Amino acid sequence: MIPAAVVFAYLALVLYIGIFAFRARAGASDAEDYFLAGRALGPAVFLLSLVGTNMTAFSVLGASGHAFANGIVTYGLMGSSSALIIPVALLVIGTRLWALGKRHGFMTPVQMFRDRWECRHIGTLIFAVQAVLLVPYIIIAVMGGGTTLQTVSSGLVPYWAGGAIVSLVVMGYVFLGGMRGTAWVNTLQTVMFLTFGTIAVWVVGSGMGGFRAAMESMLASPDTAPLLTRDRISPWYFFSYTFIPLSSIAFPHMGIFCLTARRVGYFRKTIVLYPICILAIWLPSVFLGVVAHQATDIPGDNVVLRLVEAYAPLWLAALLGAAVMAAVMASDSQILALSTMFTEDVFTFYGGTRRFGEAVQVRTGRLFVVVLTVTAYAIALRAPQSIFDIATQYAFAGFSALTPLLVAALFWAGSTRWGALASTLWTGAAVMAVAVLQAVVPVPPAGESVTIVSVAGADIITRASVGTLVLGMLPVVPMTVVSALLMVIVSRLTAASRPSDATLARYF
Amino acid sequence: MTRLLAVLIVAVLYALHQDVWFWREARPLVFGVLPIGLAYHALFTLITSLALWAVVRLVWPAHLDQPRARP
Repeated sequence: MIPAAVVFAYLALVLYIGIFAFRARAGASDAEDYFLAGRALGPAVFLLSLVGTNMTAFSVLGASGHAFANGIVTYGLMGSSSALIIPVALLVIGTRLWALGKRHGFMTPVQMFRDRWECRHIGTLIFAVQAVLLVPYIIIAVMGGGTTLQTVSSGLVPYWAGGAIVSLVVMGYVFLGGMRGTAWVNTLQTVMFLTFGTIAVWVVGSGMGGFRAAMESMLASPDTAPLLTRDRISPWYFFSYTFIPLSSIAFPHMGIFCLTARRVGYFRKTIVLYPICILAIWLPSVFLGVVAHQATDIPGDNVVLRLVEAYAPLWLAALLGAAVMAAVMASDSQILALSTMFTEDVFTFYGGTRRFGEAVQVRTGRLFVVVLTVTAYAIALRAPQSIFDIATQYAFAGFSALTPLLVAALFWAGSTRWGALASTLWTGAAVMAVAVLQAVVPVPPAGESVTIVSVAGADIITRASVGTLVLGMLPVVPMTVVSALLMVIVSRLTAASRPSDATLARYF
Repeated sequence: MTRLLAVLIVAVLYALHQDVWFWREARPLVFGVLPIGLAYHALFTLITSLALWAVVRLVWPAHLDQPRARP
């Protein structure tokens, strides 16, 4: 029961952080304070919270499971590629978003798109596509919370109650603390992730009598030796994975978070230290996932959790339970982002704030947090997790394909709203098409693939055990390239609908 | 010129990430435990941090820190 008690203590702590953030606001009722922490986050909270915002449950838990199944390639696929792409995106796009937000008062990317391209309903469509791609993350988090509480309490807390408790806690601190509370909780979570990885490697290594023998043993076995190389995947597949981290800056919660720094200078440390944080969190996770093959009775799921349970003392296993809970609760930023987007891009845009005032806007945002969490909980109780696992998988590709919108808005004066519309429609259609394909074509056995489209004997689209592939690459590559081409071609064809000179002068 | 240098640094890092040269090798085990492919990418991550320090020095958009007042 000790692990369950520690997890409940952690839940109480994060709820208190929300209450503390609420009190720190001292009755402020303006939207900018609630949704963006008054654009006043300090450098340490900005760095750690940004890392925490990007670390989904998958980064911390799923990475070890992926490494267990696929080997060391997991780190190169997802860790080191993110360590390069995400900081560069923060430097090129994030700093511009921050400045425009400060200058013009934008609180969401859609507000910027509407202003930049002088459009109304196209902005609403972008909001809708972003929201649809984001919701599955929130449902997955509720499911993860239910499962984790059930596991750490040895079944004493049933799944439905675990999901409800986690939903209530996340809803509580987002509802009360807004961006400030969410950023503080994310900071705490990142500190836990950063310290836990090193401790877990040390404890498991001691328990296994060192890793040298384990590695030699893996190399000696033909079953496990390939896991220490990248033999099982192609260089093209590896290359295509570098398009996935592009999604980070296009996620609305990341775009919105870029607006919270007090000074643009805070991006500097974040850009430089982000790769170090990736190294500290992903390397232990991937390494332990691989080495778990040499531990007894370790199944593929929750590898790190089970390794520490097997080798760590009870108190450490209990702390791990809290860290796992922190990982599955990473949906807080998405909930707050959707609330911000709804109140700014829909409520305010269609006249709500003008008619009812800013205090009502904040109350609407809080009500949206409640409605969204309750809806996600209701869905989580009924739907199978596999559907949402697939949905989140393709949401990354979808947001990568929306990146050309940001690039065009910030750096290309010739882009038009019709180009933005074409890119958005393409992204929605492509995500849907891949999801349908995944659902309709059965998964072939590992190492085999089914040809879906071929031209002159060459396979164009195939279904493999790792998912749908286009020319041997992840669908994210053609999705992003076509999105960028549509932005360019359609904008050139509709050059007459370029924004006015006055608008362009605000951006270039 | 500094912008070109920054772009070049990022391009070189991107190329270094596609390390086909350690594709099928696990040995040597760095520190006796890390397969060379994993050790390479761990080192790549550290070098990325250092390189980005140089990049932000080269092309830091300092002018953004004094945004014009909102209307």
